[in-house]
Amino acid sequence: MTPVLEVEGLEKRFPAQGGRTVHAVNGVSFTINAGETLGVVGESGSGKSTIGRAVIRLLKPDGGQVRFQGRDITRLPESACRPLRSEMQMVFQDPWSALNPRIRIGDLIAEPLLLHTKLPRGERQDRAEHLARRVRLTTELLTRYPSELSGGQLQRVCIARAIATNPKLIVLDEPTSSLDLSVRAGILELLAELKAETGAAMMFISHDLGTVKLISDRIMVLYLGGVVEYAPAAQVFAEPAHPYSQALMSAHLPADPMAVLRRHVLEGEVPSPINLPPGCHFASRCPVAVPDCRRHAPELRPVHGDTAHQAACLRIAEGANRIPELQHG
Amino acid sequence: MTLLSVEDLHTHFISRDLDNQIRTARALNGVSFSLDAGRILGLVGETGAGKSLTATSIMGLLRPPARVVGGRALFEGRDLLAMPEAEINALRGRDMALVVQSPKSSLDPLSRIGDQLIRIHRAHRKASERQARERAVQMLASLGIPDPSRRMQAWPHELSGGMAQRVLIALALMNEPRLLIADEPTTGLDVTVQAQILDLLRDLVRRTGIGAIIITHDLGVVAHYCDEMAVMYAGTIVESGPVRQVFAHPAHPYTANLIGATPERLKLGGARTVGGPPPNLFRLPEGCAYRDRCPQAGADCATSPPDVALGAGHIARCHRVAA
Repeated sequence: MTPVLEVEGLEKRFPAQGGRTVHAVNGVSFTINAGETLGVVGESGSGKSTIGRAVIRLLKPDGGQVRFQGRDITRLPESACRPLRSEMQMVFQDPWSALNPRIRIGDLIAEPLLLHTKLPRGERQDRAEHLARRVRLTTELLTRYPSELSGGQLQRVCIARAIATNPKLIVLDEPTSSLDLSVRAGILELLAELKAETGAAMMFISHDLGTVKLISDRIMVLYLGGVVEYAPAAQVFAEPAHPYSQALMSAHLPADPMAVLRRHVLEGEVPSPINLPPGCHFASRCPVAVPDCRRHAPELRPVHGDTAHQAACLRIAEGANRIPELQHG
Repeated sequence: MTLLSVEDLHTHFISRDLDNQIRTARALNGVSFSLDAGRILGLVGETGAGKSLTATSIMGLLRPPARVVGGRALFEGRDLLAMPEAEINALRGRDMALVVQSPKSSLDPLSRIGDQLIRIHRAHRKASERQARERAVQMLASLGIPDPSRRMQAWPHELSGGMAQRVLIALALMNEPRLLIADEPTTGLDVTVQAQILDLLRDLVRRTGIGAIIITHDLGVVAHYCDEMAVMYAGTIVESGPVRQVFAHPAHPYTANLIGATPERLKLGGARTVGGPPPNLFRLPEGCAYRDRCPQAGADCATSPPDVALGAGHIARCHRVAA
């Protein structure tokens, strides 16, 4: 079966001051199948959100290819992208600014149906009620305005809008980051239910490693706009192969005081995406880098022959990819 | 040794609405906890629980319409809430310091980093410009800021989020306070930077024996960096105790729900988590404020719940908890 989304060598650049260029995404490839959730992790500036926006064509890629249900949409003109959006939807981080404050909740949920279907008004309203119940909002909220709802309720409205047209792909950009813990748990439970029911492919972008681990089937770790590791979720946490993934996973603090932390410390700062160093972009901070790392950009390769687990590091082949641990007391 | 002891702290927001009626938001309703020197207390809770307000109440930084209406906050035996303005001003920034949220908006955008550090030192200590400058450079270096003498010349807008947070901590530590309150010190920072900042804070407490309070909504931070924790809900501390004890045996239903909502404990497809907006502080119910959401609530929850001591400093404020 064709994957819902196939991305190959995606590139995105933005102009910066003084005629320079920000290299935001540099040759990223991945696929997402129906019913699968891909977690995308990385720190600020790693290109997570840019990739999310580029694959649903809110941004125009500068290179590479994006295929949606087998169809190349990389260079589709804007007018041809619009009808596609009924099949690919996005949920943003901040539900307060994602919804028009002057439109009632019911109309907000029905809006995608107005844009993408020819349903008469009455049926749209029925469907909006059904969607509201689907995301566990009481239907009395439908006549309210966004300012009368809490953040968790508003994010449910955004999710209802996203699933209104039965999309094949939903990109979720930090959907739970602005929500309190118990509210966040409710949204994650809802997303898991929707995934099981609708079979939609999901791309879950987040810096919250605990949440990503919980909801994702596979995880893609980004550093400076490139994929450093791509593997089943449990494996990325249990045996991260790339030195950067090791440092990132080790900085994650599970909410369990008995969990043993294996801490690594990274020196230095992330290089500027304007002047990307040649070779491996992580080499400047990598404790196990050798001169070769600064000359040759590593490609994603299977780790120990396991094609499901891939990492982009020259030192894995020689078994020298483990970075030292920090002792602390 | 008890460094800070907060007893039955009440803070209200008192204002008039459009009909000229007096409206009272009961934001803090009897907050009690204590902090020993050399320890880190994690103050946790969701939005609106009163975590930051507890800090600003203690530090005497409230602005109208917020007002402390009852309770005591004893810092080394002296009640901060009963102190004249001039006296608490002298303590704040010298003996006790607050690291506020959002580092980038908390630094003076029109002063270089070094000048801000020197200014806070000379405001509280007798020191020459040169002594203060030396101390500032040392402080930046001890916080892991590379090339500290050059960084002294930097403007706040030139700093990354992690760097700005370190500078803010440096400002708080310039005068060697004995109490440090850090309000969400790592929120908004990347995880690798978060770990560096928290390591720094912990090393500082262990090395110098000061007492610290970390205000956070992140239970991971509490689990790995705090000795004791206090859980807030609707302006009260519903449970407090040693971190491992509270995580292993949460006694209050709210704490149990909160810990159960962490990604580590959450089972997708299992029982649904009870979540919701915080209660309306203008119309708090009588008795336990959590009873509307509590799966175990009974008729007696309409009366004020007692603080039940569970041993080893573990306390829960709930009718359902047996001692």
